[in-house]
Amino acid sequence: MATKKDTKVATTTKKVAAAKKATTTKKATATKKVAATKKVADVKVITPEMAKIPAGPLAEKWTNYKDHQKLVNPANKRRLDVIVVGTGLAGASAAATLAELGFNVLNFCIQDSPRRAHSIAAQGGINAAKNYQNDGDSVYRLYYDTIKGGDYRAREANVYRLAEVSNNIIDQCVAQGVPFAREYGGLLDNRSFGGAQVSRTFYAKGQTGQQLLLGAYSALSRQIGKGKVKMYTRYEMLDIVMIKDENGEERARGIIARNLVTGRIERFFGHAVVIASGGYGNTFFLSTNAMASNGSAAMQMYRHGAYFANPCYAQIHPTCIPKHGDFQSKLTLMSESLRNDGRIWVPKKLEDAKKLQAGEIKGRDIPEEDRDYYLERRYPAFGNLVPRDVASRAAKERCDKGYGVNNTGLAVFLDFSEAIQRLGKDVVAQKYGNLFQMYEKIVDENPYENPMMIFPAIHYTMGGIWVDYELQTSVKGLFCIGEANFSDHGANRLGASALMQGLADGYFVLPYTIQNYLSDQIGVPRMSTDLPEFAEAEKNVNDKIARLMAIQGQRSVDSIHKELGLIMWDFVGMGRTAESLKTAIKKIDALKKEFWSNVYIPGEANSLNNELEKALRLSDFIEIGRLMAIDALNREESCGGHFREEYQTEEGEALRQDDKFSYVACWKYTGEDSEPELIKEPLDYEFTERKTRNYKA
Amino acid sequence: MDSYINIKVRVWRQAGPKAQGHFETYELKHIFQGASFLEMIDILNEQLIAEKKDPIAFDHDCREGICGMCSMYVNGHPHGPDSAITTCQLHMRHFHDGETITVEPWRSRAFPVIKDLMVDRQAYDKIMQAGGFVSVNTGGVPDANAIAIPKPVADEAMDAASCIGCGACAAACKNGSAMLFVSAKVSQLALLPQGKIEAAKRAKAMVAKMDELGFGNCTNTGACAAECPKSVSLANIARLNREFLCAKFQD
Repeated sequence: MATKKDTKVATTTKKVAAAKKATTTKKATATKKVAATKKVADVKVITPEMAKIPAGPLAEKWTNYKDHQKLVNPANKRRLDVIVVGTGLAGASAAATLAELGFNVLNFCIQDSPRRAHSIAAQGGINAAKNYQNDGDSVYRLYYDTIKGGDYRAREANVYRLAEVSNNIIDQCVAQGVPFAREYGGLLDNRSFGGAQVSRTFYAKGQTGQQLLLGAYSALSRQIGKGKVKMYTRYEMLDIVMIKDENGEERARGIIARNLVTGRIERFFGHAVVIASGGYGNTFFLSTNAMASNGSAAMQMYRHGAYFANPCYAQIHPTCIPKHGDFQSKLTLMSESLRNDGRIWVPKKLEDAKKLQAGEIKGRDIPEEDRDYYLERRYPAFGNLVPRDVASRAAKERCDKGYGVNNTGLAVFLDFSEAIQRLGKDVVAQKYGNLFQMYEKIVDENPYENPMMIFPAIHYTMGGIWVDYELQTSVKGLFCIGEANFSDHGANRLGASALMQGLADGYFVLPYTIQNYLSDQIGVPRMSTDLPEFAEAEKNVNDKIARLMAIQGQRSVDSIHKELGLIMWDFVGMGRTAESLKTAIKKIDALKKEFWSNVYIPGEANSLNNELEKALRLSDFIEIGRLMAIDALNREESCGGHFREEYQTEEGEALRQDDKFSYVACWKYTGEDSEPELIKEPLDYEFTERKTRNYKA
Repeated sequence: MDSYINIKVRVWRQAGPKAQGHFETYELKHIFQGASFLEMIDILNEQLIAEKKDPIAFDHDCREGICGMCSMYVNGHPHGPDSAITTCQLHMRHFHDGETITVEPWRSRAFPVIKDLMVDRQAYDKIMQAGGFVSVNTGGVPDANAIAIPKPVADEAMDAASCIGCGACAAACKNGSAMLFVSAKVSQLALLPQGKIEAAKRAKAMVAKMDELGFGNCTNTGACAAECPKSVSLANIARLNREFLCAKFQD
């Protein structure tokens, strides 16, 4: 259903925005920007006002906001229904907290239990600015590391708020009974993660995501038990229902979801809809995401007029178990925490690499002096703890030069021999035992004796649906939280910050900001799902399903998805060029045709049908893949996880073009067969000086 | 060293909850032993789809042993013949050329079959909803370091908390008891000062719900802990019994 939403991002405000900018920023850069805007006529701009960024100094914005926002009184909360889609860290914490506040919550997940959302798989930890280690941490420092780690492509106000509420998260989780690691004195322990020089990461063995999610799940379970949350498991949202208000403005008022067990399409009403559906990394087929993780909810929002922001920002995690065959279904992550003690290297000599690739020698056979600890060599200040994008590119660089250490030449070593010597095997086992066990089960090799082999893999997507400071999308009443939105990580996310953002959004941000919206909605009665808008949305969903089922072609869903994944990895992967991206778009267009004419889905639509589920998701992955390529092509610079080979320093580091690309690229849907429209949200750094990221000194 | 094997897979097929189930045997050639068990099922499903047959329905998601979604009985063991793993972490190197592998769904009264290898485990969620939490709302909580907790206690709570709720314990138990699952949550929270306050009430509520949902009683056979992919210890059941008795005495 194409929406003809008349967004307020109007050309009329453009001039106001430009004028405003000229007064707030330095004259010279402002003129340059206006000039740049002129060249590409009609590019619309999102101003800080439209993004609802509160006034005042950085450190006071969130407090100011909370002091002045509108609230909903307890009697009215009972009359308002909120739909939350997803039960990961963001979804479960939001659903539980909204229910605690008194709203009626309808919560949906595709798994058989809310406890299984993919947040569960996060291993290493969660950041917070507690400064329990007395090593100089502060809210500002966490803010600064995050915004620098994101290569200055995130919004200052959002990131500062994230750092600010990080401390509340740790308090909350401890109160819920999350068993964080502790020191012998009984106080909480911390470790370091990439991109930081302090130890601010809280952890629960290598299962931090699991423990935090189970904390949120238990809070959610409590509210389900009380009847404040109605839980729908094995349900998949297939569309959002939009209904016009008395002013003719469309608002999100419900969803259409498919019961995955019976295949029945059902309708649900909500005064507001919150999407917490995670990222779209599975566009690449092989990723560290769970098999069912998908980007379909994002595409449904997008088709209703929500902007898709920075789709090209995808994180490639440096420490994953390398690919071993065509039948492979996923890539397994080895936690970043391993880089606290593990050292990354490849051989110095090409002939050693060749012998490793041929299986003639093992890593342990190569003497110390013939090892190239390339991260320590290139980045002496941060060493093995450089951010993920930097570590991944460095691994690719070595492998491209022929120094890869496994049979495919696509792996580097992560070595614990020095740590085992320094700390003893027991201490290493205590810290990383479960990860070592996981590695051994998969690879059938003992990492205590021989260095691990690792290689980068798609892990997380920083891009996502555009939201304002209130986490509301460009569609009224439609909110987006957690990995699904674009807001806090810029072009690269630091380790242990995903858990922080998911829980910040769900526990401490959305439950406040959504009230600013809902306070206007207290007079809106619960609507019947018999309204024509619901019927039409349901019909659209049924039509799409019928179209897919009718194809009856020759190819399985997975075979096409794997092909998409290869296109993405080869042409929209770690190193992108204008040419590779154009090739990708062409190939994706051809693949889209192939999908819509030759996919085969067995079984019936109105019953449990896993292939149909996958086909529906793949139809959206194809669109996302294309959008990623378009965005990457537009962004003629290298920043964070987005590396355009044309834009690099002589040393091979990412080269930003702040004068041209210091903006959020928001893509607006314009129809099934037309190109999306680019809308820019300029990122004017008011409080922080932008520097070239330097992890060398 | 991993190589290629030919196998037969005997799989439980059941069209729906009420339908009559049966075993069906499929032949698979040239399976790499480095593939995971679920990747082998993927290959089998691709084969079935190519033959325009109905693929096998099975639960799976994270494929790294933490979400608790996968739930297969392989050669008579929940999660298969290897120890301390989930089905998705089982690799084909545990099987030999020419072997016939039998795959069934969890078989437990409280986990009815939905289709083929997929079962309904909502009973576990319902037990959690009855008391598997600390009654604390978001906000207004003390500083995380306000209460020191001895490291051994925190570590023990962590071990209990590592349960992934997969249901292997109840599926392995000849009585279909959920005691290991319930005791893991009761222990985790009873060990920590934050959860101690409601420990007795929690134990009672969760056990009552477990009984109501048709799980059997515990007769200390220990099959649950032996098959648990996360090696959750039987000691938790002892702690649950203690908490439960305390609660009863308080009544």
